[in-house]
Amino acid sequence: MGEVCRSCAACQLSSTDSLRVQYNVNRGSEGDLIIALAGNPNVGKSTIFNALTGLRQHTGNWPGKTVTQAQGTYRHREQKFVLVDLPGTYSLLSNSVDEEVARDFICFGQPDATIIVVDATSLARNLNLVLQVLEITPKVVLSVNLMDEAKSKGIRVDLDALSQKLGVPVIGTTARSGAGLDELKEKVYQVALGYLETNPISVTYDPEVDEVVQKLLPKVKSLVQGIHLNPYWVAMRLMDGDESFLQRLTHYTSLGEVWPKGEAALCPR
Amino acid sequence: MNHYLPLSHIPIGRKARVINLELEGFSRRRILDMGLVPGTEVEVLRRSPLGDPTAYLIRGTVIGLRKDEASHIIVQKQ
Repeated sequence: MGEVCRSCAACQLSSTDSLRVQYNVNRGSEGDLIIALAGNPNVGKSTIFNALTGLRQHTGNWPGKTVTQAQGTYRHREQKFVLVDLPGTYSLLSNSVDEEVARDFICFGQPDATIIVVDATSLARNLNLVLQVLEITPKVVLSVNLMDEAKSKGIRVDLDALSQKLGVPVIGTTARSGAGLDELKEKVYQVALGYLETNPISVTYDPEVDEVVQKLLPKVKSLVQGIHLNPYWVAMRLMDGDESFLQRLTHYTSLGEVWPKGEAALCPR
Repeated sequence: MNHYLPLSHIPIGRKARVINLELEGFSRRRILDMGLVPGTEVEVLRRSPLGDPTAYLIRGTVIGLRKDEASHIIVQKQ
């Protein structure tokens, strides 16, 4: 494998394209935006997916995994979006097959934005996954779903306060009735195209942990160049000794995978 | 009396508060991801006919844990 530059526009383009090809993400055309849909099980994620995409969807399996993958499209302001439904998980770190699929797509599928759906009636449990995703990518919109159930249980969710704390847009939704979905689409549009800058909360670790991460960072930074991955988070996974993540990282960052021969020719070097 | 004991020793119908997890690595991670962080209240709902696993009410959700897992979760009876 020859030397390929990792920073020119041509390479960035081809690297993200080939990553998406590996996940069977079919973009109709170049300008389509890829949106990942994440959340705990039983939060109405599929209802949101169906409400947004209607009948414009198809299902299959994630490559190499017997985990169902659903994809669909919708339009907002003349922009086409491809919505990728991830398996429902409580975490991205415990290494079940579902969690690996969700983690790998958020990390290496390079979505233009990620919607996280949470259950308004049990926020504490749901925010675990939210913090984990926010450590990987800032391009997140939170959908606090089942607002009708929360209301009937006498639970009031302060969406503005939540948005302030987390540093990303927070929309209250009731997917069954369609309430809040227009606002959700608008925020996703703004975040995906960069019109709305998010400022996600950052998790602070113990000084002893941080000290070791700082030592690893320079090496990790050069490793993940060209992929929109938070180097700090990657360093943490390496410290965890997360074999599964290490394997995927090697797979997606090795030149052969990210830059197949034909696309490497695009590089002006 | 501050009596700490494993969650697997709490009888059906009783509640307990999580003090500590005697677990490491991915099994620790998995339990934490279920919302079983120190301070969390757990109610013991019922045991399966063969005595294992046991159903627990954790943060509004029923979760089944094996005796082996529950024996590493240290709690305080309430």
